[in-house]
Amino acid sequence: MPAPPPLPPARRHALIDRMRRVRLPGLGQSILVPLLAVITALLVGAVIILVSGGNPVRAYEGLYEGSIGCPGALSGDAGIQVTRLVCASSVTDTLITATPFVIAGLAVAFAFKGGLFNIGVEGQLLAGSLATVLVGYKLDGLPAALHITLALAAGIAAGAVYGAIPGLLKAYTGAHEVIVTIMLNYVAGTMTSYLLSGVMKDPRSGAVARTPYIDTAARLPDVWPGPEMLHLGAVFAVLTAIGLWWVLQRTTIGYEVRTVGANPHAARYAGMSVARTVALTMAVAGGLAGMAGAIEVTGVNYYHTPGFSVGYGFDSIAIALLGRAHPVGVIPAALLFGALRGGSSRMQFLTQIPVDIIQVIQALVLLFVAAPAIVRWLYRVRQRPHTVIEERPEPAASV
Amino acid sequence: MICTAPAQYDGRNTLPDAGAHERSEPMTAPTLELRGITKRFPGVVANDAIDLRVEPGQVHALLGENGAGKSTLMNILYGLYQPDDGQILLDGEPVRFSGPREAIARRIGMVHQHFMLVPPLTVAENVMLGHEQRRGPLLDRERAEAEVRRLSEQYGLDVDPTAHVRDLSVGMQQRVEIIKALYRGADLLILDEPTAVLTPQEADELLAIMRGLAAQGKAIIFITHKLREVLAVADHITVLRGGRVAGTADPKTATQASLAALMVGRPVLLHVEKGPGHPGEPVLEVYDLAVLGDRRQRAVDGVTLAIHAGEILGLAGVEGNGQNELVEALTGLRHAERGQIMVGGHDLTNAAPRRFVERGVAHIPADRHKYGLVLEQSIADNFVLSTYYQPPFARGLRRVFSAVWDNAVRLVQAFDVRTPSPALPAGALSGGNQQKAVVAREMNRPAGLLIAAQPTRGLDIGSIEFIHKQLIAARDQGMAVLLVSAELDEILSLSDRIAVIFKGRIAAVVDGPTATATELGVLMAGATPEKAAG
Ligand SMILES: Nc1ncnc2c1ncn2[C@@H]1O[C@H](COP(=O)(O)OP(=O)(O)OP(=O)(O)O)[C@@H](O)[C@H]1O
Ligand SMILES: [Mg+2]
Repeated sequence: MPAPPPLPPARRHALIDRMRRVRLPGLGQSILVPLLAVITALLVGAVIILVSGGNPVRAYEGLYEGSIGCPGALSGDAGIQVTRLVCASSVTDTLITATPFVIAGLAVAFAFKGGLFNIGVEGQLLAGSLATVLVGYKLDGLPAALHITLALAAGIAAGAVYGAIPGLLKAYTGAHEVIVTIMLNYVAGTMTSYLLSGVMKDPRSGAVARTPYIDTAARLPDVWPGPEMLHLGAVFAVLTAIGLWWVLQRTTIGYEVRTVGANPHAARYAGMSVARTVALTMAVAGGLAGMAGAIEVTGVNYYHTPGFSVGYGFDSIAIALLGRAHPVGVIPAALLFGALRGGSSRMQFLTQIPVDIIQVIQALVLLFVAAPAIVRWLYRVRQRPHTVIEERPEPAASV
Repeated sequence: MICTAPAQYDGRNTLPDAGAHERSEPMTAPTLELRGITKRFPGVVANDAIDLRVEPGQVHALLGENGAGKSTLMNILYGLYQPDDGQILLDGEPVRFSGPREAIARRIGMVHQHFMLVPPLTVAENVMLGHEQRRGPLLDRERAEAEVRRLSEQYGLDVDPTAHVRDLSVGMQQRVEIIKALYRGADLLILDEPTAVLTPQEADELLAIMRGLAAQGKAIIFITHKLREVLAVADHITVLRGGRVAGTADPKTATQASLAALMVGRPVLLHVEKGPGHPGEPVLEVYDLAVLGDRRQRAVDGVTLAIHAGEILGLAGVEGNGQNELVEALTGLRHAERGQIMVGGHDLTNAAPRRFVERGVAHIPADRHKYGLVLEQSIADNFVLSTYYQPPFARGLRRVFSAVWDNAVRLVQAFDVRTPSPALPAGALSGGNQQKAVVAREMNRPAGLLIAAQPTRGLDIGSIEFIHKQLIAARDQGMAVLLVSAELDEILSLSDRIAVIFKGRIAAVVDGPTATATELGVLMAGATPEKAAG
């Protein structure tokens, strides 16, 4: 058919208006499955507690009190003095625990967007921690602002380099990033042990393998003064998440990352450099993991010892999946994991249920998120066509 | 369990399940009735109270413009979508399919418009996927391969069961899909544009197969945009328009023109008007180009050709003679072993794809799902797939969405891409509208050379007419066009010169306006030009 004659301005605007009115996928749909997954995991967790002879209601009361509520508020347990201070500190604990989860979760989520599976958070985070610690204790006499910046930058850079290795190998040799990152996790673990019992060992630590403390000037300040001690890292985490979302959605680089992730053939056809984008994606992901380590060092621990970072690799994958690989979605997912961690000791205190049940619940969350068909079937949620937007009654055939 | 003995084999059912034993007699297809089927998608009613009746032993053709709702209706019948309203009856019994498995169990088979194959697996593995031939706990690969080979020979499909699907051409993959449905013993066979990717001769063979199947009591629902095929094979014709049944036609009395009018709602020119070309400077010059194929074979073997501004050069050839590899080399997607590629006087041999983009090479790829579109991204984003970083679509590193949006609205209107909104993912477009989106994008960016591979594949006749006019208009404005097409008619009606490719070499270059289909057919089969002339 011949090109339609240009529409009169009024009709053209009506048309554009109508097109804009078609709504894009609602937030409701995309958070429904993760939400149901969490609820299901908690329910199944309750059954497991019940079967093993515990009281799930009291256990979850403990979880609640220890993470966001006030100790004794629900359980009526007078063992701990209920003060504003204690309540605040349980929330603060949750936030502090969630901070590295957010950033490490972003390290996985960002790679997902680029079609890559970053199993290497553990190793990248170690590389970041070590570099930050090194800068933190080797330098002294610097102004705090400069020293902190240098320490964080060192951690991010080290993580980025460590992430770029599998990225470059994938881009230029085709080596699969999953295998390479898993191997690099072992390398990082072994290197850490070696360094911590050798050149980076604090001579005053005796038999313990740990680094010296970082300079006080290299420590992250608190968000607000006082004993609750929420360090600035939490703010960085939120800003990083929002910034990453912005980069992915609003910049040409983000578009390249998403296109390479969705269809590398089309990306190449369009003139994008798939190899460069893959390498860049992994470097950014590694940098984020390194940042998680750097923030733990400068905000919480002030030194490094092998025990600190165990488990981030697994948790970050679970968090990214639960957050639907959406940079902002990672925040609530990380908060949930932070709360489960933070509340677990209160739960154990109240009910003598071992904190390991939390690991079970986390694994269940991951299972249900990774297999949405189970959740959809359980709750009879119909899978709607992949373009879920508001349905409008009249046909639009007359475009 | 023990499978049916090959000696007793009825040639259709190969499922190693209980059903296989009950089915030693050929069965006739059930009578299918669709009543008031309605399906809504965001912003559009794809099917609006559709009634359809398909009898055993018949080929029922389903016609309609791009986006009329044909694939949606068939996906409902195959259990892929649930209808919002309406009923499916098989032999008068209402059925509900919550998935293809249930449809297959009721002997409904479907060959999709877009392939649903697993590229790293072999043909035989793909065919038995979900219906594996077993020997104890092991896969009986040999049996499956023998079976595929037998089906392949019986229907003249020429498919190698041990080949990997990723190495196969588009046309070959389509044949694997057809074998897959036959292998599962379908009695009611849904063919969604099976001939779109076949050569005319292959299509004719398929039509013969369809008639043969119908004669044995099977029922076939056949979707195509080629009216010639409909008139040749159909017993019944139903035409959809805008999601509704626009009418039915009797193939004995209908003509191509009457069907076209019923589909589009207006008379359609079945032939394009074209003035003589005025070729100018060469835009693309290729010297002695050699390119390896996916299996490291010499797919392109010493091609030399030139295309001038204001000229359409048609590349005719039987699928698999190096066309795809040549096009990929000419767009930077495939490494050239030897030779030289010059675009506008610049040497682009083995340059990165972006250099081709920036030197003004537009490319409509033959495989729109592999290269042409990112299905999960919005239509608007797909319209700037290769220009997203240039002004006005970006300022520095920041994307300018108002420009992206305006561009999308403009292209959607100009090329009649039927969609409620360009903000929807490209995957929500009907097959033909996806093709229109790719063509719209490539014909609307600054370019001096357009490489158009199968540009009208899957388009309805109205859209084909439109795209043909656009191609000629582009030529008249001085664009050099390389037209690669399996449709000889398309090549003949558009080309100023025609190059015939055979086994990776240019067998002959003939004058477009005076060439005939017979002459080209002989050349495409490998005859030397002297023989073809004589
Ligand atoms: N998954 C989907 N999500 C949203 N809309 C869809 C989806 N699939 C199809 N549609 C819409 O439904 C309508 C009918 O599409 P359908 O694929 O059935 O057309 P068709 O008749 O097969 O066209 P074609 O000849 O181009 O293949 C179109 O307007 C399309 O935009
Ligand atoms: Mg279709």
